[in-house]
Amino acid sequence: MTGYALFLGCTIPARQPNYELSGRKALARLGIELVDLANMTCCAPPPVQSIDFETSLSIAAYNICLAEEADLNMITLCTGCFESLAMTNAMLKENEKLREDVNRILSKAGKEFQGSKEVKHYLQVLKDDVGVERIKQSVSKPLSNLKVASFSGCHLLRPSELLKFDDPERPRIFDDLIEALGAKSIEYRNKLKCCGGLLRGYADDLALKIAREKLVNTTKAGADCISTLCPFCFLTLDMGQLMIKSKFQEEYNMPVLHYAELLSLALGIDPKELALEFHKIRVDRVLYKIG
Amino acid sequence: MEYKRMEKRTSLAFSNMVKSRLGGKTITSCYQCGTCASSCPVAKITDKFNPREIIKLSLLGEREEVLSGDSIWLCCSCYNCQERCPQKVEIADVIYALRNMAFEKGHIPNLYSEFASAIINDGRIAKISKFMEQKRPAIGLPPLQPTGVDALRKILSATGFDKLQKEKEEAS
Ligand code: SF4
Ligand code: SF4
Repeated sequence: MTGYALFLGCTIPARQPNYELSGRKALARLGIELVDLANMTCCAPPPVQSIDFETSLSIAAYNICLAEEADLNMITLCTGCFESLAMTNAMLKENEKLREDVNRILSKAGKEFQGSKEVKHYLQVLKDDVGVERIKQSVSKPLSNLKVASFSGCHLLRPSELLKFDDPERPRIFDDLIEALGAKSIEYRNKLKCCGGLLRGYADDLALKIAREKLVNTTKAGADCISTLCPFCFLTLDMGQLMIKSKFQEEYNMPVLHYAELLSLALGIDPKELALEFHKIRVDRVLYKIG
Repeated sequence: MEYKRMEKRTSLAFSNMVKSRLGGKTITSCYQCGTCASSCPVAKITDKFNPREIIKLSLLGEREEVLSGDSIWLCCSCYNCQERCPQKVEIADVIYALRNMAFEKGHIPNLYSEFASAIINDGRIAKISKFMEQKRPAIGLPPLQPTGVDALRKILSATGFDKLQKEKEEAS
């Protein structure tokens, strides 16, 4: 069993128990132990970085300190959390002056960032600790014939200099992991382009236009579903379809599933155990297709 | 002549200020090629936003226009431009630096101000409702761990974040 401190973040427990459930169940089946630590906070994502970068680095570093104290590497389900935490971890490990500045702030909360741990997105853990081969062997219900449009979201890949996850222009990890489930990961136009999620609430019109493009392109490419790794992308594309319907009078009915949900289904976990009712766009079409 | 010199001085003063901030240090490497704008999903659909233009105005010292305008808040932080800039300008981070400066001047959109208050009050930007908390055991999720609000508040007061947000709340 490999253990990780789970950084759950805010959006998943606030709105997507379906993501948390599938993440916990699938990782447990694959021998990854998740440890829930007390006293974590918001990860300080882009909206907080926008208000004060130094504060956001300090908040992220504080949370990493909790994992350091528990002597565990950290795992995230949310791509937004991954970006804030992994970026901070890399910046503070590389830049001594910045580390000193942040540690001066952290000392007020009785913490000191050591730089002794890794922050990983669960996709990375699946690839590195479990491995594509073992995932293939663990699949008991292959997602044969399912055409999946993968959408990794921006903050898994970029800024690549700090996150060092996959090739930012030609990533493969996510697609390989989808294909390990027996599904087909399809190509579509502007696959790596942002979903516009961070403009929601501030410039909804623009956000919806950007999200709509993703639905148009995945529909055109014949996708059975979109697969996401981030609760913000999920909200933008799943609930976003209801907003697009009322604004543009267009209905896409494109199911959006987190990778952890597809993985759980392929591992043979009963769909009834996955709280799929939290999806705004029903996923029946996908369940039917995989039988 | 005197006027020109002064103008040069203000533009330098502003770009130096941006340069000295976290995230801002690469701004002066920009040579205005426009690769950022052509990689930007937002610039593609609206003429209200153009990252190359934001950098240009900042380098020209148009501080008021940049900091009090809407434009800097239209970036969705996708980092596409930053990945592709031939001059390695950290554009998305420069925009954070500009937003940080705008916050210090009290110019932040209400949405962001709500985020700031939520962090101070709950230690989270998205509130977890009682409904969701109660739903957890029924669907097989473990109880939530406590949030480290106290530690967080100490951090927010050490960086001055809470004070600035209070001033903003009082002003509005
Ligand atoms: S891509 Fe870089 S160098 Fe070119 S205009 Fe944008 S910031 Fe300037
Ligand atoms: S980070 Fe901002 S400016 Fe750069 S491409 Fe994305 S939306 Fe445009």
